[in-house]
Amino acid sequence: MKPIIETAAMDALMVRLFDTIDETNMAWVIAADQALRSAFGPALIDLVPSYTTLLLHYDCQQMNHAKAFTLINQALSGLKPVDTQAGELHDIPVWYDESVGPELPLVAKRAGLSVKELIEQHCNHDYCVFALGFAPGYGFMGLVDESLATPRLKTPRRKVAAGSVGIADRQTAIYPLLSPGGWNILGRTNVPLFEHAKRGEPLFRPGDKVRFRAISRSEFAADGGDTTPMEERS
Amino acid sequence: MSQVATHQRQKGMMVKQAGPLALIQDAGRFGVGHLGVTQGGAADWISFRWANWLLGNALNSAALEIVMGGGLSFETESEVRLALTGADLDAQLDGKPLAPNTSFKLLPGQRLVFRQPRQGLRAYLAFPGGLNAPEVLGSRACTAREQLGGLHEDGKPLKVGDRLTWKGAAPAARRIAEGQGPQMPASGYRLPIVLGSQIASFSGRALFQAFNQPWTVDNRADRMGIRLTGPALNGSLTGIISEGIPFGAVQVPPDGQPIVLMNDRQTIGGYPRLGALTPMACATLSQCLPGTKVWLTPISASQAQDDYRNQLTVWD
Repeated sequence: MKPIIETAAMDALMVRLFDTIDETNMAWVIAADQALRSAFGPALIDLVPSYTTLLLHYDCQQMNHAKAFTLINQALSGLKPVDTQAGELHDIPVWYDESVGPELPLVAKRAGLSVKELIEQHCNHDYCVFALGFAPGYGFMGLVDESLATPRLKTPRRKVAAGSVGIADRQTAIYPLLSPGGWNILGRTNVPLFEHAKRGEPLFRPGDKVRFRAISRSEFAADGGDTTPMEERS
Repeated sequence: MSQVATHQRQKGMMVKQAGPLALIQDAGRFGVGHLGVTQGGAADWISFRWANWLLGNALNSAALEIVMGGGLSFETESEVRLALTGADLDAQLDGKPLAPNTSFKLLPGQRLVFRQPRQGLRAYLAFPGGLNAPEVLGSRACTAREQLGGLHEDGKPLKVGDRLTWKGAAPAARRIAEGQGPQMPASGYRLPIVLGSQIASFSGRALFQAFNQPWTVDNRADRMGIRLTGPALNGSLTGIISEGIPFGAVQVPPDGQPIVLMNDRQTIGGYPRLGALTPMACATLSQCLPGTKVWLTPISASQAQDDYRNQLTVWD
């Protein structure tokens, strides 16, 4: 792993570690995140890791670009990957149903599966959390089985309900709060992602694993889940 | 305790009519990008700082960002000195025009009205010691999409019946020296941009077009992003693996029309970028009405930092 450091803005640098999406990259991205946080200390304004990169925003009243370049190079020299087995495994109960997951039939049909088989497929894998972004607490997870890969909707929905579980290409994710979005929605969970993010303690962290578990309407409702159909929310 | 309660009751200002968009803002929410939480904060941070400076406030004190005006009006319950900077939204106190970039006194029962933009787009109204609002993740900034910040912690703009209270009592009454305050942009304004990231993926022709012709500020503009329209810029990339988006990033989606990503941008995204406007250019752009012509002018990161540090010294 040989990092490339690029100028991203007046006071931001892009640290590029890889050029493909791969679960094994996360051990390095997380290690780099930790190393950069400690190297920059109070001079760090924001550090946003993603699939293959880290965007570092530093305080330019404390240093210039050249100094920041040097600090990054020092922090990343001799970097060791973290143990990704240490990531948490989250069990996420999902009510898969067409009323709250309108693309359930479409994704199943494209994959040549019954809806029941599709749900089994989606639940039959531990997904890696690659990045947090888009909305508070939103985790980009993957990779879903190639057969389930479905492109984003041609026209994004104006309103996707909080808790919606969706697929876009080979990624899967949960919408933490009511927001616009173009992913294919399969179901809904009652796990409060936004409340966690609001307290500064996201439920998911990059490197964590997520496993979805299908539950019935009555289990979902008994847990306080909102059973209002998707179309009544758009 | 009762003394405090009485004191709090005595100072307040009611929203009598809601305009299109008035948001409580401070400098923004920092150190939380890795949670997916956007930066937020005053879009024209220069005018915002001047407003606080006029009252002798800490420069990050929560103030109001008022877009367009549109009849937004307040009635005060107590005597108070406020400061107004940024856009000229034809503000009037009991029907008398208020001079821009000054502080002024309101007496109980007086009515402050914001009408329509005459120059610029966003005005900043500062209060003694800053507005009271709950702090969420280190900031009071309203971000509507994320339902964070503001009076009711839902990120929503001010509405009729909202009551504003503030922290301080007797503010300073400073004056901005002639020619020193915020300048509202005119057409032909140059926006400095630090080139970076995917710059090499754009064709030579696209780069020539990007920097040698004016861009028009589109009406598709909000606190998340501002579109510029002109000839389509072509490059070898249509999308990239999603990565963090810096403040001011100029991203180019497949239609070739750049979007400048502002305070409420999403934290990561997947379109190639020319680079990022400087913070000062973002402040300027946030005041441009649709139809304004602007130029993108490359600047080195070190020159941009020098300019930025110089700007900060004006409030020392």
